[in-house]
Amino acid sequence: MKMSNITYPIAKDNDGKTIWKFLISEFKPKGKIFTPFNIISVPVILLGIVLIVIRFWKGIGSITNLTQEVPWGLWIGFDVVTGVAFAGGAYVLTFIVYILNNQKYHSIVRITVLNGFLAYVFYAGALLLDLGRPWNVINPIIGNSFGTSSVLFLVAWHFLLYMLAQLIEFSPAVAEWLGAKRARKILSGMTIAAVIFGITLSTLHQSGLGALYLMAKDKIHPLWYSEFIPILFLVSSIFAGLSMVIFEGSISHKVFFNQISEKHHKEQDGIVRGLSRICAGAMFAYFALQVLIFIHQKRWDLLGTPMGYWYLLEMIGFVLVPMLMFVSGYRSKSINMIKTAAILTMVGVILNRLNVTVIGFKWEEAIRYVPSWMEVVVTLTVIFTEIWIFRWVVRRMPVLRDAPLWAKNQDK
Amino acid sequence: MGLDRRVFMKTLGLAGTTLALGKSLTAAGKGKDSTEFYGILYDSTRCVGCQTCENTCAENHSLPAPTDSPEAGVIRKTDENRRTVVNLFKTTKGDVFVKNQCMHCNEPACAAACLTQAMYKTKEGPVIWRGNKCMGCRYCMVSCPFDVPKFEFHSANPKITKCDMCYDRIQEGKKPACAENCPAEAIMFGTRRELIHEARKRIGEQPDVYSDIIYGEHEAGGTGEVYVAQVPPIELGFKTNLQNESYPALSKGFLYAVPSVFVLLPVLLLGIHETTRTNKNNQNEGDENE
Ligand code: SF4
Ligand code: SF4
Repeated sequence: MKMSNITYPIAKDNDGKTIWKFLISEFKPKGKIFTPFNIISVPVILLGIVLIVIRFWKGIGSITNLTQEVPWGLWIGFDVVTGVAFAGGAYVLTFIVYILNNQKYHSIVRITVLNGFLAYVFYAGALLLDLGRPWNVINPIIGNSFGTSSVLFLVAWHFLLYMLAQLIEFSPAVAEWLGAKRARKILSGMTIAAVIFGITLSTLHQSGLGALYLMAKDKIHPLWYSEFIPILFLVSSIFAGLSMVIFEGSISHKVFFNQISEKHHKEQDGIVRGLSRICAGAMFAYFALQVLIFIHQKRWDLLGTPMGYWYLLEMIGFVLVPMLMFVSGYRSKSINMIKTAAILTMVGVILNRLNVTVIGFKWEEAIRYVPSWMEVVVTLTVIFTEIWIFRWVVRRMPVLRDAPLWAKNQDK
Repeated sequence: MGLDRRVFMKTLGLAGTTLALGKSLTAAGKGKDSTEFYGILYDSTRCVGCQTCENTCAENHSLPAPTDSPEAGVIRKTDENRRTVVNLFKTTKGDVFVKNQCMHCNEPACAAACLTQAMYKTKEGPVIWRGNKCMGCRYCMVSCPFDVPKFEFHSANPKITKCDMCYDRIQEGKKPACAENCPAEAIMFGTRRELIHEARKRIGEQPDVYSDIIYGEHEAGGTGEVYVAQVPPIELGFKTNLQNESYPALSKGFLYAVPSVFVLLPVLLLGIHETTRTNKNNQNEGDENE
């Protein structure tokens, strides 16, 4: 993709450097090498790579605790199902900014889209590690093996197309980095189309991830199974994504302090407050839905069991409480309260997704699945690598910092 | 509140039903009139627990022969090396043997789950697995209500394994190996219509010997493997909480809604985009600002 820009008169745009010299200089590390994050992440990533090699050499069972009864574990339940929910911020924000034309959030669109895009690349990419026969992964995409009656078929296609849509949404930043003026003009002209396409795809695959589990009716604990899983997954992806945006924003504003203009620093609190209001609204809808389903399915007698307490903890401790905190944080303008609420919400989303996919799955089975430490290390490897790439991009492209002047003029 | 899924999906589905994608999805439900599928009738009253079926199955699929035998109180499960097992149950009518394997559902959840059509309901009736298509995602295992498909977790080139009703033999006009070799004639091969007929006949002729439940007649939308036994299925370790509707029906509502969302949502989004466009210059007029 990037390489096609070589034909542009880049030499002129990048202070007379040729594209190669420019790229080579950009690949050198910027910033300190011995940061706490680097010191932790590098050994984990190296170990993770070794484990991944073992996995492809000796089979999935060699490093995971998966069984014939529980064929999907941490890698699907957390990396894919939870990771994609957290990446939901991108479609919600592009909706607000490009569809509702609310410019207030414009300054955080790029970073959110970048985050979303990388999340899809890595977390959906983690799916490849979990595939027993990854060499056949192209079968549902090309050829004559279309399983059109499969929800997973739908989800796989949507992942792929959505990554493309997000790449287009983000591409103007790449063009600005490379100084490719004409390319930027063309690419930013495609933004609205990509956004509309992207939101549609997101609606369908966020709910689709829940729909995956519809056929596992007898295997999922009845407190977490209902025919409305798709709608619950969709609604919860709104506040999952936005909580991630709040959380990530508070870190980015520290780590990439010097990238962000004075003006945007000032805007940040207003943005966080606005987001907290949307989160609270979505969580209210979600909670109401959960209550309706609870009553509709007459689940009262399930509450007095250990799984029932667990369910109450999730619903009250990690939905109701953070929802109220969002409201009160918004009212009292307490950014810290909102940030805490965002973290609680994220824990709640992790709990919810794991309850459907792992903890409540075959809950009656005598031998329960617990992920092995190696599965955890591989998951961390995926997350850390994503953060590395994220940081690499943010330090180079105009993601947090303002776009170059020529780009702004183009938009006028 | 729109708690009724049918109303919700119907609204969404209005436009969708006419779309081509919607039509191709219904293909999954083609098993409804499934009477001419081949299937197997297994009769517990005849089974003597000799494991001939297990042995001949292993031989036919180049798998190791079983090393253990049925024992009351022990549930032997199928796994990547054995596609059928016989178990012994102490019941209200004494010792009863039961053979387990893939049920070859009329509308198999595994095939509906499979995104590559590797799991496939053949027109003859057996549900087979095709390695050249499978990507090893194991969604079939998650979806099968009987927990039948198994996965070779310890192989770099893993296969999904399960009973295929000896599809290659059926194509040659032969019976499945187990049905062919069972010395007690407990395994009968035929079209599902014949088998249900035969099952009813056996129950009707000896109502004091048989329980009157034909397991598989309605479970999970009907299966190709059907069972008759001395005692009700609940005493024989069968799953009795399964729904009688087929399992693919559970995700059909969602899949039907997809085409309409795909058509209606972008139009809606574009509409909102156009009407809110004028906002664009009023930079700070977000309603959250004060
Ligand atoms: S029993 Fe399971 S594996 Fe066999 S056909 Fe039915 S759904 Fe598929
Ligand atoms: S593991 Fe293979 S057969 Fe099973 S659903 Fe996935 S692709 Fe289909």
